Amino acid sequence: MAEKKWLPRWFYQLASPRWCYQICGKLLPWFTVAMLLLLVGGTAWSLAFAPADYQQGNSFRIIYLHVPSAILAQSCYMLMAVAGAIGLIWKMKIADLVAKSCAPIGASMAILALLTGAIWGKPTWGSWWVWDARLTSMLVLFFLYLGVMALNSAIESESTAAQATAVLALVGLVNIPIIKYSVEWWNTLHQPATFKLTEKPAMPAEMWVPLLVMVIAFYCFFAVVLMMRLRNEILRRERRSGWVKELLLSN
Amino acid sequence: MSDLYTNSGPVAGQLHIGRLFVATLRRDLMLSLRRKSELVNPLIFFLMVITLFPLGVSPESGFLSQLAPGVLWVAALLATLLSMDALFRSDFEDGSLEQLLLSPQPLYVVVLAKVLAHWSLTGLALTLVAPLIAVMLFLPAQGMPGLLLSLLLGTPTLSLFGAIGAALTVGLRKGGVLISLLVLPLYIPVLIFGSAAVQAAVTGLPVAGHLALLGALLAFGLVLAPLAIGAALRISVSG
Repeated sequence: MAEKKWLPRWFYQLASPRWCYQICGKLLPWFTVAMLLLLVGGTAWSLAFAPADYQQGNSFRIIYLHVPSAILAQSCYMLMAVAGAIGLIWKMKIADLVAKSCAPIGASMAILALLTGAIWGKPTWGSWWVWDARLTSMLVLFFLYLGVMALNSAIESESTAAQATAVLALVGLVNIPIIKYSVEWWNTLHQPATFKLTEKPAMPAEMWVPLLVMVIAFYCFFAVVLMMRLRNEILRRERRSGWVKELLLSN
Repeated sequence: MSDLYTNSGPVAGQLHIGRLFVATLRRDLMLSLRRKSELVNPLIFFLMVITLFPLGVSPESGFLSQLAPGVLWVAALLATLLSMDALFRSDFEDGSLEQLLLSPQPLYVVVLAKVLAHWSLTGLALTLVAPLIAVMLFLPAQGMPGLLLSLLLGTPTLSLFGAIGAALTVGLRKGGVLISLLVLPLYIPVLIFGSAAVQAAVTGLPVAGHLALLGALLAFGLVLAPLAIGAALRISVSG
């Protein structure tokens, strides 16, 4: 009796490394073009054309790097944990590879958010670092990424490493709502979230539209880097299979 | 032996959950009590770390009493962390962990009993020693109930979260440093609420809120951590 498939067909197709490698290769140019356009356009718009803040002057413009990288650091963790869970449940090799490729990107996004935050904090709060709930929980997120990467490199067997890091990523998922709501639960120095799904942003459209462009640009950047890492990882993991040999010989 | 088994289990040879819990607890306690030197090591470490602060920072009583809540909690946390690596190590090395995983008994209960055994010899012992050390750090007397209660509620959570790290690294030869990298980020919320509870007790503010959060963390850990520990053990042993 054929087992009932309750997920869309493409989900199962993604499980094939070869198919996944090819689809990533087809998507990559589109995302690269979108990323370049959005990144260049968004940067120019936000640095040169968006109005200066009435209190912070031009120093607020770092928000156009800070907010996208902070959003990405959290999204990337979510993706890593979800991919890890898929890998644990359906034993899907590609999901393990996605989770593994996510960790370094997420860690660099977290460090970028922390650094830009520090640079922004100096002129506005008067210090590079404050032990505020949002900052601390972001730092913890960075530590979690480091832990995931350390565990992944410590275990020799790749499939065991993937499973172990998936469990750790899922356990660390507890931190994501803490980061998200830290500025609402605790009365801290950090301002509340810039974007909310349910309300209009508190800043004028001339300011938040370029920010939205930058956020989308960062997501495209993330997609491009993730797909490149994933393709490399697939080639490395499948180096003994026929199609990889053919591919390499044909080049 | 036959009276140990019940017919209610779905699998032949499955123990009654309560008996399984007590048997595992007894076995682990007995094994630990036979290695007395390992037993006192976390306590000695706790005491030594505490000693470093008056020597390294300042022996002045007013300053130390301000520092005491945080220092006590950090030291207790590090002492627990240090003891975590041994939790599954000897069972893994002599093969009994594999037998436990192969047995038809529910892993959740086994893991919970093992963590409880570990906690009662480390976390509970640390909690009982803490007032003595608190006196050495000039913690005001009104802070003592807060300290005891917060450690009593917080250290089991530390043991539960630490066991996840121990289970993930048990198959590795060099698990020591790695386990702290994995576990310390998870310990941070416990540390925040634990030391905040002691701080509040010292200054005479209500402690209940912090203790409630510590209790919530413990409840959360009790329900979900054994699942993660069990999954991690299966991965580590099969890998």
